[in-house]
Amino acid sequence: MNIFKILTDIEKIDSEVFERLEHVSRRSVFNTFSKKLAAVAVPTVVASMLNKAYAATPGAIAVLNFALTLEYLEDEFYKKGISTTGLIPASDQAIFTQISKHETQHVNFLKTALGVSAVAKPTFDFTAKGAFADVFSNYKTFAIVSHALEDTGVRAYKGQAANLMATEDKPLLEYALQIHSVEARHASVVRRLLNTRGFVVGAKGWITLAQGSPAAVYAGDDNLVQGGVNLGGLAGKTNEAISEAFDEPLTKEAVLAIAGPFIV
Amino acid sequence: MHKSQLNSAVAKSSMAKGVTFKNRRNFLRNVGLTTTASFALLAVGCKKDDEVAVGVNLGSNDIGILNYAYALEQLEAAFYTQVIATPYSGISTAELSLLTDIRDHEIIHREFFKVALGTNAIQALEVNFSAIDFTSRASVLGTAKVFEDTGVAAYNGAGKLIKDGGYLLLAGKIVSVEARHAAAIRDLLSPLSISFAGDDIIDTNGLDAAKKPADILAAVQPFLTTKLNGSNLPTS
Repeated sequence: MNIFKILTDIEKIDSEVFERLEHVSRRSVFNTFSKKLAAVAVPTVVASMLNKAYAATPGAIAVLNFALTLEYLEDEFYKKGISTTGLIPASDQAIFTQISKHETQHVNFLKTALGVSAVAKPTFDFTAKGAFADVFSNYKTFAIVSHALEDTGVRAYKGQAANLMATEDKPLLEYALQIHSVEARHASVVRRLLNTRGFVVGAKGWITLAQGSPAAVYAGDDNLVQGGVNLGGLAGKTNEAISEAFDEPLTKEAVLAIAGPFIV
Repeated sequence: MHKSQLNSAVAKSSMAKGVTFKNRRNFLRNVGLTTTASFALLAVGCKKDDEVAVGVNLGSNDIGILNYAYALEQLEAAFYTQVIATPYSGISTAELSLLTDIRDHEIIHREFFKVALGTNAIQALEVNFSAIDFTSRASVLGTAKVFEDTGVAAYNGAGKLIKDGGYLLLAGKIVSVEARHAAAIRDLLSPLSISFAGDDIIDTNGLDAAKKPADILAAVQPFLTTKLNGSNLPTS
């Protein structure tokens, strides 16, 4: 493990990393490691520094590990998809390759932030115990699972935002929001593909009411009450439009129930 | 406006702007005017000047952030309302339908903030779309792309400034819809390419943009006749 490289890498992500670390100067951090620290102790020291730096609250570590688990799932899903010959038509390769790239970046980003607190990658079953048996041989199934994973990701990050509001967690909140909107961009473009490829005719980039499959991914997305106000009839718009204008969160429990069948 | 900012503004200008009674007294001390007569005269003069020069003050704390969002949604709603009222030449049925959806979402966002803010809501803003050619697909979609990406970056950057968890969740519910719009508009401009989440907007860590209110307000001001004043918005 090259501690200098890790810290330098983090600095690329977060130019203020050294300010966030306790005993703050860059020199003191490096001096600590130039004292021939026993190799076995290094990961623990790094972990404690990173946890102080990025996830000062245990709640934030839990949120990041929850996010990392979902990103592992997405990352492996797209890696398998784009490397399976004949699955994704040439016309749609660019889109899924770009999505795959982002999911890999999210995994690396979260793993770096968590250090040794990062959970290990689970073993995945993308057929979800047989529910999507042809996920890597039928493009339609692949695209359906893709949009469900993206929409779940959007709802999952949204549901965790309020758990990153402690002062020391605020940099993490911003990073989480920056990942959240990328997942929404992914969801939008895949949903549009579902329509243009004829898999789900009429599918739009946004979620109408609670329409979509699997149903658990879209449960409650037809909510019309925002900020305690029922917006039904607002500005003469339809319930469909009002529901589209707001994406709803999912609890961690609901997300894990959706993701559960994909994890061996 | 903080006192230090006021003093600095006074140093630059011969007129105090946007001042309370207390600050006006401070201002008077700064410019060395102390007679009652001068004070009264100046106070009247200042009030008028304040409205012209300072613009619409978005306010402070969470209310300020909500008004900031309300201002951006007003801009987007006005833009798409014009797009649908005067569709660009050669618009397809699918594009008209998609842009109508987005118009409706932005109007819903705008009206939601108006209701949520109640008496704290800023006024209706006057827009300036003179730089946009509404007959041109490239101009309209190019502007839409900028507005949607800007909206995403604005909400992403405002998240950490929000103190109330309920408001943060609301911002989260809206920002992902703006991101869906951004991806769809980008896909219209450059179909089936990586543009929907292109390397021009997503960084090498796979992160979307997040920008400070001051930067966003400077970017959108050219599209508004009404001057926005975000000087009281939280910065951390």
